[in-house]
Amino acid sequence: MKYALFLGCTVPTRGLNYELSTRKVCDKLGIELVDIEEFSCCGFPVRSTSNEAGFVMAMRNLALAEKQNLDIITLCSACAETLVEANHLAKNDPEFRNEMNGKLKSLGLKYNGNVEVKHFARMLHQDYGLDKIRAKITTPLDGITVSTHYGCHYLKPSEIYDHYDDPENPHSLDELIEVTGAKAVPYSDWQMCCGGSILGVKEETSLKMAKKKLDSVSSKDTGALVLICPFCSVMYEGNQKKIEREFETEYKLPILYYPMFLGLALGLDPKDDLGFKLSRIKAKNLLARLENR
Amino acid sequence: MIEVNKLDPKFRYEVMRERGGEKISHCFTCGTCTASCPVNEVDEAFNPRKIIRMIVLGMKDNVLNSDFMWLCAGCSSCQERCPQGVSITDIMMALKNIAVRNGITHPAFQVQASEIYKFGRLYEVGDLNDRREKLELPRIPEKPEPIRKIYELIGIDKLVESEEINQE
Repeated sequence: MKYALFLGCTVPTRGLNYELSTRKVCDKLGIELVDIEEFSCCGFPVRSTSNEAGFVMAMRNLALAEKQNLDIITLCSACAETLVEANHLAKNDPEFRNEMNGKLKSLGLKYNGNVEVKHFARMLHQDYGLDKIRAKITTPLDGITVSTHYGCHYLKPSEIYDHYDDPENPHSLDELIEVTGAKAVPYSDWQMCCGGSILGVKEETSLKMAKKKLDSVSSKDTGALVLICPFCSVMYEGNQKKIEREFETEYKLPILYYPMFLGLALGLDPKDDLGFKLSRIKAKNLLARLENR
Repeated sequence: MIEVNKLDPKFRYEVMRERGGEKISHCFTCGTCTASCPVNEVDEAFNPRKIIRMIVLGMKDNVLNSDFMWLCAGCSSCQERCPQGVSITDIMMALKNIAVRNGITHPAFQVQASEIYKFGRLYEVGDLNDRREKLELPRIPEKPEPIRKIYELIGIDKLVESEEINQE
C-alpha cells in the first residue's frame, strides 16, 4: 500500500508527535508514505473568506497527487473534509470540475478525478483492516482503558463520505482501539465538538465547548482521550491548562493521537518512536501500567 | 424589532445562489438545528434556526453585521439532522462569503487568509524545520507562489493584510 501523505498546516507545526507516530506506525505496518513537497494548505481556512478559492486550493492538491498516481491520506479531519468534498464535487459535478480546471490551467495543472482521499484512521479501518492490524500486534494493551473522540469532520457531512460509519453511532475508532486489546470507555458528551474553529472568534465559548467533553471524559475511569485531528488536540491538550485555570478545575487528562496509541501495541518505543515526550500532559500512569504488567 | 422598510426581500435569493444555499426555503423552523448545535449548548448567542429565519425574512443588514455566522463551528451536526435537507452549515459558510463581498470580514479569518497568502500554510514553518530535522522528519519547504496566484485569480488578494506583505 502506498499513499501521498497530506500533512496540512497544523500537523507539521503543532502536532509533531502525530506525524512522527504515523510515520513509524506505517513503517511497521508496511504502508509506504510519499511526501509531495508542493502540497499546500488544504483550503479549509480560506473557505470562510471565499469558498471558491478554498476549493481551487483543494483541487490543486488533488491534481498534484494525481500527477504521481497516488491516493491521499490525511491526518487532519478538516483537511479530509475539504479534500473529500472537492473530490466528491469534481467526480460528480462536471460543471464544478470544468470551472475549477479553468482556474488550475494557469497553474499548469488539471484534475481528472482519479484520486481517492481518506483520513488515515478510515484507511486503517476500511482498507488495511482490523485483521491485518491484529496480526502485527506484539504488545497487547489488555487492561488499558481509554476514550475516543471522533471529532466532527471525520464523518460529517456523511453525504460526502458515502455514509462510511454512522455519525450518530460511530464504531470505527472504538474498533481501532479494541483491536489492540484495550477497552474503549463510552461517555455522555461524546458528540460534542472541540470548538477549535471558533477559538479565534470567541475564545470563551470555544473553551466552554472543550470543557464539556473534558468534564464528561474525566468522570470515567479512562487513561487518556484518543483522537485523530490536530485541532481537536489543540483544544483538549493545548488549552487544557487554560481551561483548568479559568474554570478552576483539574483534569490532567492525557491526550493521545491514535497512532501513538496503536504504536504501543506494535512494540514501538513511546519516547523515541511515538513522540510521548512531546506531549504537554504526560501519559505517565498509562505507560507505567504497561511497564508493570 | 423588525423594521419593514429595512428588509431586503431579495436576500434569500442571494443566499440561494451560493453553494449549499439552494434549499433554504424548505426550512419549516422545527429547531432541530438549534437543538443539535454544540455552540448553542454553551452560548445562546448562536442560534441557527434564528439566523435561517432572519435570512428568509430579508434581514440582510442585521445578519451580515452580527457575529452570528462567524460563531458557527462548522461541525455539520445541524445539517446532518435537518428533516428538510437544508444545508445549514453550508449556509453559514455562504453568509461569511457574502459578508466578505460586502466588505465585512471577521479579523480572525482575515488573519488566517493573510497567513496562508504569506506562507502557503496557516503557520510559518521557519525555525521549526530544525526541530523537525532533529526528529528525523522531512523539512517543509515554503512555496506560497501558487497560492498567491490563486488568491489573485479569485480576486481575494486585495483582502490580505497588504502592509505586512510589502514589508518582506
